[in-house]
Amino acid sequence: MNSPADFQHGAQAPVREIDPPEADKRRSAGVTLLDVREQVEWDAGHIPGAAFIPQGELPGRIEAEFPDKDQQIVLYCRSGARSGRATQLLQGLGYTDVVNMTGGILAWAEHDLPIDSPASLTPAQQSRYSRHLLIPEVGTAGQVKLLESKVLIVGAGGLGSPSALYLAAAGVGTLGIVDFDVVEASNLQRQVIHSTERLGAKKVDSARQSIEALNPDVKVITYDEMLLADNVERIIKGYDVILDGTDTFETRYLLNDAAIAAGIPVAHASVFRFEGQLTTFVPYEGPCYRCLYPTPPPPELAPGCSVAGVLGVVPGIMGLLQANEVLKVLIGMGEPLVGRLLLFDALDASFSELRLSRDPKCPVCSDDARAARERGETINLPVFAEGAFVLGGPGVR
Amino acid sequence: MSTVRLPSVLRSQADGQRAVEVEGATIGAAVQALVGRHPGLAEQLLTPEGEMHRFVNVYLNGQDVRYLAGLETPVGEQDEIRLLPAIAGG
Repeated sequence: MNSPADFQHGAQAPVREIDPPEADKRRSAGVTLLDVREQVEWDAGHIPGAAFIPQGELPGRIEAEFPDKDQQIVLYCRSGARSGRATQLLQGLGYTDVVNMTGGILAWAEHDLPIDSPASLTPAQQSRYSRHLLIPEVGTAGQVKLLESKVLIVGAGGLGSPSALYLAAAGVGTLGIVDFDVVEASNLQRQVIHSTERLGAKKVDSARQSIEALNPDVKVITYDEMLLADNVERIIKGYDVILDGTDTFETRYLLNDAAIAAGIPVAHASVFRFEGQLTTFVPYEGPCYRCLYPTPPPPELAPGCSVAGVLGVVPGIMGLLQANEVLKVLIGMGEPLVGRLLLFDALDASFSELRLSRDPKCPVCSDDARAARERGETINLPVFAEGAFVLGGPGVR
Repeated sequence: MSTVRLPSVLRSQADGQRAVEVEGATIGAAVQALVGRHPGLAEQLLTPEGEMHRFVNVYLNGQDVRYLAGLETPVGEQDEIRLLPAIAGG
């Protein structure tokens, strides 16, 4: 396991130690403090500005998160024991300036040094979200994160309805809803956020009514407009994650391009009859929609739900899987479907997974496109084949 | 024989079948064999020049053939080919 270099740095080399007041001085001077305790301990209170990697995850994460091995890092845990071992481990990995803080956060607290207490939930929130709080991966910190998060749902239709309801129930603090349509009778077979008595109402107003009835913690921002090239940047600005519940290729490409430029992840799903496709586009980490489908099909070869039909539960299932992706990205848990396309077939009740790759020539998310964007250049997107792709079609529904 | 799995949007041109067994040593040959048996699929899969449309992805055992050898990608017995056109419904 140990290469000669490891021995040279010496897994058993003596660990340098400093006490909490000295650690605080270095912290003020800009040195990184690294908390190596477990999530629940971190959630209960930690040193302000500290980085956090649980001891068991250090071997897998430290080099990605701290690539500079000569950077000074002060490690701490509860009492100084775990961080002592972690300091040795980092020395063994070639880190040259790692220091253990003696006595841990207990000694830090005895010196009356500052501790970030966890953001707290009201008693009503503790009760409402108790089933989340019981899950270690969510906990108070995760729930607070959700309450502070902003998610944009584009399309209050088959996919947007179930996802909006569940994201609202989960306590996502701000939900933006984009839709220019009104509730029609044919929507109600699957668009469960609307209701019979709201036939003819604006979908954004109907969605707001359901969300506010379900969870008053959620702030709803409505956009009663079609997503277009000249408003997309304004609408998506400031959101943490976007859920693509649109139903045309035009809006899907438009949203993809704008989200990549703005650096916002998109939970993507589409449905047709008994089938659904799902993936998560995280800008520059995985492929984007144009990497997956470089061009849209001509309309006659890609009928939408209004022509071909869809089993009502299919967008329900796919919409909730999208909401699941959104929650994972917001909380930072699990493995989002980045670079993976999940296919659902309702007839077989089967899921299949396909591998997706970033297209090195993608006009939107390739390294070249990114560099051009960062230089402030306008990216000229390819004209789609045979004029099949014209902006300003039926839009978001 | 490899298996070509067809999504709903293509099934109407293939007598409603969800999977078709075809001969063919490469992706291109397998697609030609499929189209030979179900000519209605030609327009949905192939350009007039006989190339795959850019809006139809082809996966061999879960891998996009664009990142393998495209239509030249060898296909073995028991392999699964999946044709996947973009769908937009939401």
